[in-house]
Amino acid sequence: MTRELPGVDVVLVGFGWTGAIFAEKLTAAGLDVLALERGPWRDTAKDFATTFAQDELRYYWRHGMFQETSQSTLTFRNNSAQTALPMRHWGSFLPGNGVGGAGVHWNGQTYRFLPSDFVARSHNEERYGRLPEGMTVQDYGVTYEELEPHFDYFEKICGICGKAGNLGGSTVEGGNPFEGPRSDEYPNPPMQMTFSQDRFAAAARELGLSPFPVPSANMSRAYVNPLGLQLAPCTYCGFCEKYGCGNYSKSSPQTTIIPVLMQRENFSLRTETEVLSIETAADGSRASGVTYVDTSGETVFQPAEIVVMCAYPLENTRLMLLSGIGTPYDPRSGEGVVGKNYCYQVMSSATVFFEKEFTNGFVGAGALGMTIDDYNGDNFDHSGLGFIGGGYIACHTTNARPIESHPVPEGVPGWGSEWKRAMRENFLKTTTVGVHGASMAHRSNYLDLDPTYTDAHGRPLLRMTYDFTLNDRRLTDHITPIAEEIARGMGGREVKVNALNGSYDSTPYQTTHNTGGTIMGSSPADSVVNRYCQSWDLPNLFVAGAGLFPQNAGYNPTGTVGALAYWAAEAITEQYMRQPGPLVQA
Amino acid sequence: MSSRPASRLALAIAAGLGALAAATGPAPAQELAHSQVERGRYLAIAGDCEACHTDFENGGAPFAGGRALSTPFGTIYSPNLTPDDETGLGRWTREEFHRALDEGRDDEGRHLYPAMPYPYYTLMSRQDTDAIFAYLRSLEPVPAETPENDLPFPLNSRRTVAGWKLLYFENETFYSVPDQSEEWNRGRFLVDGPLHCGGCHTGKNWLGADIDDEYLRGGLLENWFAPNIRGGENGGIAHWEVEDIVEFLGTGRGRHTVPMQRMGEVVAISTQNLREEDLRAVAVYLKSLDDAVREEHDAPEAARLETGAGLYFDNCAACHAADRSGVPYFFAPLDRSNKVLAEDPASAIRIILGGARTQPTEAAPSMLAMPPFAWKLSDAQIADLLTYLRGSGDRRAAPVSAAQVAEMREYLAQEH
Repeated sequence: MTRELPGVDVVLVGFGWTGAIFAEKLTAAGLDVLALERGPWRDTAKDFATTFAQDELRYYWRHGMFQETSQSTLTFRNNSAQTALPMRHWGSFLPGNGVGGAGVHWNGQTYRFLPSDFVARSHNEERYGRLPEGMTVQDYGVTYEELEPHFDYFEKICGICGKAGNLGGSTVEGGNPFEGPRSDEYPNPPMQMTFSQDRFAAAARELGLSPFPVPSANMSRAYVNPLGLQLAPCTYCGFCEKYGCGNYSKSSPQTTIIPVLMQRENFSLRTETEVLSIETAADGSRASGVTYVDTSGETVFQPAEIVVMCAYPLENTRLMLLSGIGTPYDPRSGEGVVGKNYCYQVMSSATVFFEKEFTNGFVGAGALGMTIDDYNGDNFDHSGLGFIGGGYIACHTTNARPIESHPVPEGVPGWGSEWKRAMRENFLKTTTVGVHGASMAHRSNYLDLDPTYTDAHGRPLLRMTYDFTLNDRRLTDHITPIAEEIARGMGGREVKVNALNGSYDSTPYQTTHNTGGTIMGSSPADSVVNRYCQSWDLPNLFVAGAGLFPQNAGYNPTGTVGALAYWAAEAITEQYMRQPGPLVQA
Repeated sequence: MSSRPASRLALAIAAGLGALAAATGPAPAQELAHSQVERGRYLAIAGDCEACHTDFENGGAPFAGGRALSTPFGTIYSPNLTPDDETGLGRWTREEFHRALDEGRDDEGRHLYPAMPYPYYTLMSRQDTDAIFAYLRSLEPVPAETPENDLPFPLNSRRTVAGWKLLYFENETFYSVPDQSEEWNRGRFLVDGPLHCGGCHTGKNWLGADIDDEYLRGGLLENWFAPNIRGGENGGIAHWEVEDIVEFLGTGRGRHTVPMQRMGEVVAISTQNLREEDLRAVAVYLKSLDDAVREEHDAPEAARLETGAGLYFDNCAACHAADRSGVPYFFAPLDRSNKVLAEDPASAIRIILGGARTQPTEAAPSMLAMPPFAWKLSDAQIADLLTYLRGSGDRRAAPVSAAQVAEMREYLAQEH
């Protein structure tokens, strides 16, 4: 028996970064907004205070911050000839759960995608000719120039610390010379770098490359954002990724938006409510609301004038498939759109072991690093290389958390006294140069519903079919040796290269940058939502998050996710509210 | 009679005043001029009436009373100030309301417990109280019974209150000190009148009355030590400028400290909504109050200082900085904190044990908090930590003993 509640103007499915952004903008415009969050309420003082936030056993090993796989997970296979099996313990990526979502446990690396990333198909085809068969890369339908004010605002909300490289078209010394034109400098200066970054930057410059500070959501100084919310200076404790920040030093929905929402009478939040489906009106013209289940097991129908899907990309895709909204993607015919263009990223690295110098990796922060963009996107000539896209090469000092961090040189056994000796010798004397490579969409990589496995509510799990593509392999084979060359120039005793080989393996951690599935574009034939992140099928349904990316860029996604959310929220308040209906005619 | 709240009735009988407790008729129609209501609203904000007369914990309506106020003598529940006929001030007259604030008597002439700060409100004029009354009459009537007070004999007798008032209450009228500025006089009126700062910040005798010599030198209330707020020479906030006080009261943030817990509530409900010139007047007045030179204690044992310094570095330095300079407007600097260095270290002990939270304000909506350390640090560790903070370098506040921490720990365990 489903209970029906009084309607609201807007219901948000999920309350992480994008949920908080939509809630702030839409309540400010006077709408009654209700956020539904599957997980619990979480705040700094109660849930990740400094007194216990740095608990590796609880958060790293036991996954204290993440979605519980016993409640819901997904199944995985490398290709459609295989049978997918459920992921019973997270490995390769770590979906969040609870208020703030993955915005609580992220590292804080906050980039803008390049202008060319938003027009990946037209730009690359214009420069290099037709893309290969099966590469389903496409343009976003929205440009960097249109998103620029929203990038800027998100950076100000977060207090991002960095150095501009391109202010209004003029190159600025010390920043990223390849970035799109910025309307403003970063709101805060870069973090203090350590020995490792200094060595990396020197080695990169030696090779004629242009190092710049990683834009960080870890604070270089105290900051008050445009909503009046405060962030404190980072203490460089190195507990960011997988952890909540107890010092108010990392931008998260909790530190930068939620306290303001909690003061607004037209905002409400229901935690521990899991949305089961988006409901469609009888005539199929619009979403009528959502059905959710609460912890007592009661199912509730919540009517709404506007529905915004703000869950993690994997869950947004699944929810659309479960709700029968849009045409599911069919890899055989290439028809259909929901679940299409699932992408990931291609990670590789080179670890430097120093003989005498101490790198002191425990003095770290999630986005403490120097990076180069010379081999990202289309910042270099790809003629004859056989791939498009690229990645940044960076030297981060994110942490030396003792349970998690145990780098040892090549040839050291994986356990025993020899391993312990090598650990002791190297623990304070290593650093890593990493490649964060893009992933281009391919016809064979996609998401659909699993035919066998179900969640706690009996609903099919999402099935992921994914393997690295030829483009991925050529990309990493080209860029990893450059990272190695920089690493060798840093003056260490030896360098160990961790190249990307073989098929995608879902067990070792790589990155929580899962994208696609609910992609945006210019035509309903090849996208789930239009350039305003509005469903082509149901005009009062909007979608947020990295699921919108038609393909993944060689950057961390949060900056672009934030900008797209502000862009879509503005489309709702400036266009949709005046004239509800499709904002783009199909 | 039967429509009266049971608690009132019981108290009236206990006081032997049952015969007088007849319901009075509805108040005569009164002119609710907008300007008067607005003036009353402002004074009600200054008086922080809403704070005590709202049961926040149970989601009570503003001004509808029912908040449990724990006093050293027992629990008192605040009455309903909305104009509900049966449970609120609906049938009160302006005269009765004035008498309540001016003399501490209710509509039936019974003495009010001085948990209601009428010893301060008495400084307000008849025009002031009429304005507050007009404002309260403009509120939506909310039917809300006031729970019965939980006071032991003989305190449950209003006669006892009469005796108390005989000893400690003076029905005062505010007068200006002629050789002081208008601003200073306005400040003194606000501090001693509606703002009733002394309610917390002035030391009390064993019967809960202000001790004149302890005026704004800090007071203990519900095991919180409200610090010394004299701003002149040797005062607890001598190092604060007028601007600092205005900012602290007006925004809920300041470079020296951030209001938390009770003061956070005062700022959130009351002072942030006051006019800046009034906050400035308060600051000017407080800055004029000099204090006696503090007694200097001997430096604590070196071993305790060393232990305390180590504990500080491991547990506190991440936020409050290794040199105790804090992060102004965020994490309180501890080197000159009037809570840390207070003669009575109760608040400092309590905050370390139980943590503390800010209240969001209009200007500063972040809800910043310090986590509790009760589960992590022993009594002896907290004592050493505070002894270090109070007694190292040129600081000479008295050391803190493990027994003091244990006592507070027990109090907090009983309270929650």
